[in-house]
Amino acid sequence: MTLLKKKNRFVLLSYIILTLVAIAIIVPFWILFAASFTDESWAVNHGFSLIPGKWSTLAYQYVLSRWETFGKAYLITICVTVCGVILCLVVTAPCAYMLSKKDLFGRRVISFLLIFTMLFNGGMIASYVNYTQIFHLKNSYLAYIIPNLVTSAYTIMLVRSYFQSSIPDELYESARIDGASEFGCFIRIAIPLAKPILATIALMQGIAYWNDWQNGTYYISDYGKWGIMNVLNSINNSASYLSTLTTQSEGVPTTTMRLAIAVIGILPLICIYPLFQKYFVKGITMGAIKG
Amino acid sequence: MDTLVVTKKGGRWRKFKKSIPFYLMGLPAMIYIIINNYMPLYGLQIAFKDYRVIDGITGSTWCGLKNFEFLFASDAWRITRNTVGYQFTWLILNTIISVFLAIFLNEVIGRRAKKFFQSLIMLPYLISFVILAYVVFVFLSDTGILNTFLGLFGIDKISWYTEPKYWPIILTIVNSWKSVGFNTIIYLSTLVGFGKEYYEAAELDGAGKWKQVTKITIPMLKPTIIMMVTLGMGMIFRSDYSLFYQVTRNSGMLYEVTDTIDTYVFRALTSGTNMGMSSAAAFYQSIVCFVMVMIFNAIVRKISREDAIF
Repeated sequence: MTLLKKKNRFVLLSYIILTLVAIAIIVPFWILFAASFTDESWAVNHGFSLIPGKWSTLAYQYVLSRWETFGKAYLITICVTVCGVILCLVVTAPCAYMLSKKDLFGRRVISFLLIFTMLFNGGMIASYVNYTQIFHLKNSYLAYIIPNLVTSAYTIMLVRSYFQSSIPDELYESARIDGASEFGCFIRIAIPLAKPILATIALMQGIAYWNDWQNGTYYISDYGKWGIMNVLNSINNSASYLSTLTTQSEGVPTTTMRLAIAVIGILPLICIYPLFQKYFVKGITMGAIKG
Repeated sequence: MDTLVVTKKGGRWRKFKKSIPFYLMGLPAMIYIIINNYMPLYGLQIAFKDYRVIDGITGSTWCGLKNFEFLFASDAWRITRNTVGYQFTWLILNTIISVFLAIFLNEVIGRRAKKFFQSLIMLPYLISFVILAYVVFVFLSDTGILNTFLGLFGIDKISWYTEPKYWPIILTIVNSWKSVGFNTIIYLSTLVGFGKEYYEAAELDGAGKWKQVTKITIPMLKPTIIMMVTLGMGMIFRSDYSLFYQVTRNSGMLYEVTDTIDTYVFRALTSGTNMGMSSAAAFYQSIVCFVMVMIFNAIVRKISREDAIF
């Protein structure tokens, strides 16, 4: 009896702590959200609080009125994310398939070439010089996509292990007897069966592209070509950029406007996340097991 | 003897020929890896050159170790101390927090509730540091929540972004908030695999829940913990510069406690000043990182071969 009580006490403790953690996670999001709906002058005089002292949608109205700037940035980020994810899968999956073939000639050498990139790299400056001076990616939209395409050779290794462990060789053999080419096997057998891992990779990569602000900062100096994260970054860190947005009219809600854009910047992630949540958990745990 | 060599050679040739379709499939990725990862290695020499953009890499004159001298005279200690100090502290702290969160999460009985907490705990991991910088700003700006809160107790406003002394704690909280969930899920997935029978046996012997945690759960988690910590140690020379750059809003007054190797290199790159020197910093980091990864990977291999990177 006392044991049962003790057990229940521990479960209760778990619930209490997890609830506190949940609050600690939700509150910052709520605060950002609430602050973006606070009246600008009220915020300046009284400060932000958990519940806006005075509600106002002026910040959002302003963002909408400058939609040609923000909307374009939004569109750029969406396009980059979609194209980047597709391209990443197109490049990663066949290479992983190649490495999953145990009798591939030179497999060890190729694997080593990939693994070495995880251990040693030239650093940002060498990459920057490479992409700007040899490939002339400066101010090209490709600069958003290319440098992040395969964030780590680790992604390829992850897909490779999946091919190896969950698709039996007999399937390929029977397809080959039916006259399928190697490429046919890949398209008709390997890809459909590898959907879970590909979805995971797509989600991880999608988040990386959506959140990326570095490449835009390095490679894109033309304000008109910035994605939403770069706009947010510049509003936060560069007063001169902020002034280009706000010169036209007086009384722009500078502070709350930033927060409104930030809210718009996370909304898609928060909307998509619940749908893909299980792939995300899978991705993390798979990475850990094979890590 | 001769025939043996011939057949062996023929076998290799056949193997190569059979591999050709696969090579074609792997080609795009290999080209990409060469462009993205191998070609920049040529640029490493910038660290040893008096680099000028007009002259290019090859045209710039060699200057020996001059770039490194500057670095070691002034900033190396500060940026190394900050990088390693934070990474080490966070590695330990986040491991402790996430192991316990995983244990608590494992106690949750309802499936719905479990899924809810699991999803929520990972949510911060999805958020960009750029957005996080705004969230922190709402807390810490002059009109922020924290100052409003302090005002209730009659404490004067604190100008957070110019006071270095608070930042080690602020950065620690922000980092844990963002990254603990990820590790928690890893530990949780290990915990779920444990058999129930150990706990049932322990219960029969009258062991309380707390005793079960310390005597069964933690010892069984030990291999995963060791692995995660060891791999983390290999990465201790790399900091997430998004965190240090964005969350501090690149405030110059905080550099003493917030400048890491990565932000140092990043600033030099974006402001365009002294590429040689920051390239030297990056080179130094790459080398130390490589050595650390090799050492700790060797240790992981000793403990459990499967968990090593290679």
